[in-house]
Amino acid sequence: MTVYVKGVVFDGVDFDDPNSWNIDAYIQRGGYAALKKIIAEGISQDAIIAELKTSSLRGRGGAGFPTGLKWSFMPRSFPGQKYLVCNTDEGEPGTFKDLDIIVNNPHALIEGMIIGGYAMGISVGYNYIHGEVFAAYERFEAALEEARRAGFLGDKILGSDFSFQLHAHHGYGAYICGEETALLESLEGKKGQPRFKPPFPASFGLYGKPTTINNTETFASVPYIIREGGQKFLELGKPNNGGTKLFSVSGHVNRPGNFEIPLGTPFSELLEMAGGMRGGKKLKAVIPGGSSAPVLPGHIMMETTMDYDAIAKAGSMLGSGAVIVMDETVCMVKALRRLSYFYYEESCGQCTPCREGTGWLYRVVDRIERGLGRPEDLELLESVGKNIAGRTICALGDAAVMPVQGMLKHFRDEFLHHIEHKKCIVPGY
Amino acid sequence: MLEIEIDGTKLTVPNGTTVIEAARSIGTHIPHFCYHKKLSIAANCRMCLVQVEKAPKPLPACATPVNDGMKVFTHSDMAVKAQQGVMEFLLINHPLDCPICDQGGECQLQDLAVGYGASSSRYEEEKRVVPNKDLGPLISTDMTRCIHCTRCVRFTEEVAGMQEIGMAGRGEHSEIMSFIGMTVDSEISGNVIDLCPVGALTSKPFRYTARTWELSRRKSVSPHDGLGSNLVVQVKSDRVMRVLPLENEAINECWIADRDRFSYEALNSEQRLTKPMLKQGGQWIETDWQTALEYVGNGLKSISNEFGAQSLAVLATPHSSVEELFLLNKLSTALGAGAASFGTRYADARLAPAQQGASWLGQPIADIAAAKAVLLIGSTVRKEQPLLAQRLRQAVKRGLKLSLINPMDDELFTTVSNKLIVRPDQLVEALAGVVKAAAELKQQAVPAELANAVVSDAARAIAEQLLAATANEGDRAALLLGNLAAHSPRAAEIASLAAQLAELTGATLGWMSEAANTVGAQVLGLQASNALTQSCKAVLLFNTELEFDSHDAQAALAVAKQAEMVVAFSAFKHGALDYADVLLPITPFSETAGSFINMEGKLQAFNGVVKPLGDSRPGWKVLRVLGNLLGLEGFDFDNAEAVRKAALPQGEAGIAAKLSNAVQGVSIQLQAPSAGLVRLGEVPIYQADALVRRAPSLQKTRDAVAPQVGLSAATAQQLGVQAGERVQVSQGDAHASFQVALDAGLADGVVRLAVAHPDTVVLGAMFAPIQLTRA
Amino acid sequence: MSDLNAGLSPESLAQIDREVAKYPADQKRSAVMSALRIAQVEKRWLSSDTIKFVADYLGIAPMAAHEVATFYNMYDRSPVGKYKLTVCTNLPCALSGGADAGEYLQKKLGIGYNETTADGKFTLKEGECMGACGYAPVMLVNNHTMCNHMTPDAIDRKLAELN
Repeated sequence: MTVYVKGVVFDGVDFDDPNSWNIDAYIQRGGYAALKKIIAEGISQDAIIAELKTSSLRGRGGAGFPTGLKWSFMPRSFPGQKYLVCNTDEGEPGTFKDLDIIVNNPHALIEGMIIGGYAMGISVGYNYIHGEVFAAYERFEAALEEARRAGFLGDKILGSDFSFQLHAHHGYGAYICGEETALLESLEGKKGQPRFKPPFPASFGLYGKPTTINNTETFASVPYIIREGGQKFLELGKPNNGGTKLFSVSGHVNRPGNFEIPLGTPFSELLEMAGGMRGGKKLKAVIPGGSSAPVLPGHIMMETTMDYDAIAKAGSMLGSGAVIVMDETVCMVKALRRLSYFYYEESCGQCTPCREGTGWLYRVVDRIERGLGRPEDLELLESVGKNIAGRTICALGDAAVMPVQGMLKHFRDEFLHHIEHKKCIVPGY
Repeated sequence: MLEIEIDGTKLTVPNGTTVIEAARSIGTHIPHFCYHKKLSIAANCRMCLVQVEKAPKPLPACATPVNDGMKVFTHSDMAVKAQQGVMEFLLINHPLDCPICDQGGECQLQDLAVGYGASSSRYEEEKRVVPNKDLGPLISTDMTRCIHCTRCVRFTEEVAGMQEIGMAGRGEHSEIMSFIGMTVDSEISGNVIDLCPVGALTSKPFRYTARTWELSRRKSVSPHDGLGSNLVVQVKSDRVMRVLPLENEAINECWIADRDRFSYEALNSEQRLTKPMLKQGGQWIETDWQTALEYVGNGLKSISNEFGAQSLAVLATPHSSVEELFLLNKLSTALGAGAASFGTRYADARLAPAQQGASWLGQPIADIAAAKAVLLIGSTVRKEQPLLAQRLRQAVKRGLKLSLINPMDDELFTTVSNKLIVRPDQLVEALAGVVKAAAELKQQAVPAELANAVVSDAARAIAEQLLAATANEGDRAALLLGNLAAHSPRAAEIASLAAQLAELTGATLGWMSEAANTVGAQVLGLQASNALTQSCKAVLLFNTELEFDSHDAQAALAVAKQAEMVVAFSAFKHGALDYADVLLPITPFSETAGSFINMEGKLQAFNGVVKPLGDSRPGWKVLRVLGNLLGLEGFDFDNAEAVRKAALPQGEAGIAAKLSNAVQGVSIQLQAPSAGLVRLGEVPIYQADALVRRAPSLQKTRDAVAPQVGLSAATAQQLGVQAGERVQVSQGDAHASFQVALDAGLADGVVRLAVAHPDTVVLGAMFAPIQLTRA
Repeated sequence: MSDLNAGLSPESLAQIDREVAKYPADQKRSAVMSALRIAQVEKRWLSSDTIKFVADYLGIAPMAAHEVATFYNMYDRSPVGKYKLTVCTNLPCALSGGADAGEYLQKKLGIGYNETTADGKFTLKEGECMGACGYAPVMLVNNHTMCNHMTPDAIDRKLAELN
C-alpha cells in the first residue's frame, strides 16, 4: 500500500490505475516537463545544481548528504568517461520505498537521472536494482524503452547535443551492495566488497572513472525541484530538512506501507496514518531508520518529529526512512537475534572485524535467547561491538553494532531477565 | 614532498606515500598481514590500524596516503587497542595448531600474536573448520588457518596474470580456493606460499620434513633460466630441504619461478650418480676416480693419435658454471679440438660466426619494464622466462605495448597489442615484413633482399608502434629474441633481421638467454653451434643429455653410438647409460662453488651449500685433475675463485666488453611458405635441464603432462583427424603416436609437438618437416 | 577449446548478449551477474560446468565467475526443486507473520529450510530482506516472482496453483 499525502515523488500518481506508471500517464501529470524546459531554455549546469542546493534535498538512501553539494563535486571538465549510478539496491530491513517508486513512477527516476547526467556532463548511467524484486527490474527496463522511443533518452536528446544512455543492472541477493562502493564493484561484475575510501567515487568510481551515486528517491525528487523550483520543495519540509520524504512503515501497525509526507511531521501523526497499532496493542519500541538505526522506546518516539535532526537528537538516525513499529508483545532479545543474524549473514567477509565479529555477536545473542546466557555476556557484547565499530572498511560493521548498542541501552533489563531466568520477559511475537 | 610526524619523529616523504611506507622509511614497523608492497592495497586485515591526529577513527596505515603536516601515532592507546581488537578477531577462529604447523617459527600471525594477543580467549563459541583444497602438487593447504588476507588471490590475479585462486562465498563462510576441479597451474605459483602470512598455504614437497629453526640458510643462484634468480637454500643435515627467493629487485624482485623453488628435489634424487662408472664388456661397473680418469685420459690420447684431434667433440650445457666451462673449453682447445660447444640445441651453423660478441639482453633486466614497446620474437616467454614474463605483464599495466612474432599464440595473461602468428619456418619472412614496413615508414630504402617481403597490417602496426615508442627523447623500445628464435635453423637470418629492425627503429635488441650461463659460455669463447658430426670419434658430454638437450635427438644419438668413446660428466645417471663408456659423477650447483653470467651480463658467484654427494666431485675439480693427468698446462687451481679469476681476468669490465648483439655477413633468403607440415618442437618448461627433469613434484604439474600433437582446427580437418584421436607422426624413419589436441593459436600446417621429452626422443628435429597419419 | 555454444540455449545466449551490450566493450565482466542469472533460469541451478561456460563465454577467469556465483545468495550452487520458495523471515516481516509463514510452509511441505520435497517439486529457503516489508509476509517463487501477504490461506492457494 502506498499513500501519497503531500510531496514530490508520487506527485499525481494514481495507485489504483495499473497504467499510471507508463510514459503517457507520467507526461500527463507534468512528467518530462523539467527536462524539456532544461533543453528548450538551455538552462546551465550551474543553475541546476544551484536549484538543488536551494531545495536542501538530502540523500534519501540513508546518509542524508546534501545532493546539490554532491553533484558539484563531480569534475565536470574531466575529459574522459564519467558515470552516473542510481542505487536501487534496497535491502535494509524495513525499507521498501524504492520498490514502489520504480513500480509506480519509474519515469520520475529516469527523468531525474537524465537531468543529473546533463547537470554533471555525464553520458552513461546505470540503475542497480535489488535482486529480489525482478518484476520491478522488468518494469524499469520497460520504462527505459518507453523513454528511449520518446526521445528523452539516448543520442541527441530532444534534438539537442546532449546524449545520455541509461541501463538497468540487476543484483542477485547481497545486502552489502547497497553500500555505494560495493555496488560499484558489483556493477563491474565482481563480488560486492566495499572499497576503502579514499579515493571516493567522485574521483575513482565505476571502472575507475569519476562517478556520482544517488538513491532512487533522491533522483526521483529532482524533476519536481526543477519544475517547481527548489524553494517550493524546501518549503514542503523544514529548514535543513527540505521537502517531503517517503517513510516505509512496517511491523505492528494496521496499515503498513509507504507514506510520502513532509519532513518534520510528528511520529504520532505518521503512526495514525498507518492506522495505529495493530490490535490496539501498546507501542513498545520503534526502529526509526531501518534496521541499522538504534531502537528507540515508544514513548521517546511519540514525542519526536520525523526529520534528520529530530531523530538524531532522540538518539537514532532517520536513515532510509524505514520505520519498524513493535508492540508490547515483542521480545527484544529475539528481535535482536534476528537482526544480528542478518548482519552476520550479510557481512561480505572482506575485513576482519566484521567477518569475525558479526558471527560472534550473533552467537552470543543467540545463546542468551536460548537460555544459555551468562552475566558477563552483556559486557562482552558491548566490548566486541566496540572492537568492530569504526574499524571496518565500510559501515556494515557499525550497522551491525548499532542495534546491539541500542537494545542494550534501552532494554537491558530484558536481556538480564533472559540470562537470569533462561526465558523471555514477554510471551514472544 | 610532505612533512609529517610519526610517533614524534619528523620526516619528509614524497607525495603519494602511504603511512605504512613512511613508517618503514624510519624503521617503524606497523603490524600487518594483507599489505604487500608488490600487491594492490586491500586494507582488509585491519591489523595496521593507527591513530592519525584529527581522525575520529583509527585508519589503516597501508591504505592511508600521507598528508602534509599529518601526525601519526602507531603506539597510542587508540592504535594499540584497535590492533589488539583485530588480533583477537583473527584468533577466534584460528586453530592455534602451531605445534603441528609447518609455518610455525616463521608465521606472521604467531609473531604478532605474541605482541598483540591476549593470553587466553574470550571466544567460547564453536570454532570454524574449513575443508582443505587441492591446489595441485606444489601447494599444500590447511584452510582452517586462513585469515582471509587475500594475498594469494591478488598474486594470481595481478602478478601471475590469471585469477586461479579466489575467495568464494561471503562473510564468515568465505573460503580461499581454486575453481572446482582445477589446480593452480601458474609457473610461478609457489610464491603464494611465501606470501601466505599463516600456515594455510605451505610447500607440499617440504611438508612435515623440517622445522624452520632447524634449517641453515645459504645464498645461491638459480641454475635454470638466464635470469639468475637469487636464492636462499635451506639446509638440514647436509641435505637441501627447501629453496626460497632472496630478494633482488634488479633481477627476480621478491619472486622465484616454481622450477627455482622446487627443482631441489632432484638434488636428493635416487638417480644421482655417486660413483665413477665404466662400461666393460657391456656391463656398467662402479670404479674409483683414478681408474676412471686414467681410462678417459688414455682413450683421448689414443683416439687423438688414430683419428686426429678434430675427431673429438666437447659439449656442455649452458647450465654449467663459468669455472666448469672455462676449464672444459681450455681442455678442448689444448687437446686440439677447438672451442667447446654449448650449442646442442642450435641448428644454424651461420649464427655463431656471424655474431660479433656474446649475445645478451642488451640492457639491464629492470629496464625492460620501462620500455614503451616490446616486440617478442620466437619465445614461449611464460615457460622460457617465467619471471621476465611477469615483469612484462606489470609493464603492460603501466602502458607498455607488447607485440609478438611467434609460431604459436599461447595465453600470456596480458594485453598483446599486435601479433604475427606464423609457421616456425616463416619467422624470417614475418620479421622481414616488419623490417620492410619500418623502412618504408622511415622513408628509407628497403634492402634488396627484402624487396619481396610481405607487409601485413599487423607487421605495419608493429613497426609503427616501435617507431612511436622511440619517437620521444629518452623513450625506449626493445626487441627480445627467445629460444625458438635461437634454436631455429634460420636463427642467423632472424638475428640479422632483428638487428636491422633495431637499427631502423632505435629499439634495443636483446636475447632472453636460455640458461643460467648462456652469456657466460659465450663470454668464455664456447661456440653456439652443434659440434656433433659423423666424424666424431670421442665425445665429452658435460651435463649434456643428448636425448633431451639436442636440436635433433636421433641425429645426436646416432653420432654418439658410432663414436669410439663417449664420456659423460653428469650429476645423474641418464640416457648415457646406453651410449657412453664412462660416467663421471660431478656435482650440481648446490654442491660446488661457482658462478653464472646472467642475461644482463651480471656475474653472480655462489658457494656450495652442502657437501658433494657420495664420490661426486665439483666439475671444475674433475677437469683440473683430468688436465693435469693429460699433462696439459695451466690446470693448477686451488679453488673455484682462482679458476674464475683466470676465466675472467678483467672481471665485470671484461664481460661487458664482450657483450654484443651485432650480426654480420648473413644473407637473407626469403622463402615461400612450404605446403607440407612443419613441426613446432619447443622444450617444455620442466624438461629444460637435468634438475627439473628429476624433480618429482614439478613432474606432477600440468606443465609436465605427456606431449600431445597440437593442430589448428583447419589443419586437423584437412588431415581428417579429431581432438583426442591418436595419430602417428613421422620424421624420416622415426615414428611415434600421440593424441591430438586442437590449439587455436597455431598457424595452419603446424604440428606442435614438444622435444626433450621421453615420449618424443625417438623423433627428429625441432622445426623440421613432419608427417602425420591417422593411427 | 570447447564449443562455446554447448552450454546454453541460443535464447539464453541472446539474452546474455543483450546484457553484455549494456557495458563498455572492454567490461564484459559486468554482465557476469546477469549471465549467471540467465544460465540459472535455463538450468535451474549453477553447476561448476555452467559457471565455467559462462566465464569462458565472457572471457573471464572461471574463479572470478565462481566468486560471484557463491557471493550472491540467489544463485543456487546445488540442485533445487522445480519451485524454489524463499520466505523472508527478517524482523519487519516476522512482525507481520513472516516467520509464521515459514513455519507453515515447513509443516505443509514436510521439509525444513534448505530441503527439497521428495517429489522434487519444492525447495524451501529462508531469505533475507527483499525490500518489500510493507507487503509481509513475502515469498519468492523461483527468485523472480514475488508473492505478497502470504497468510496461511494465501500459501494454500499458491501451493495448489503450483501443484
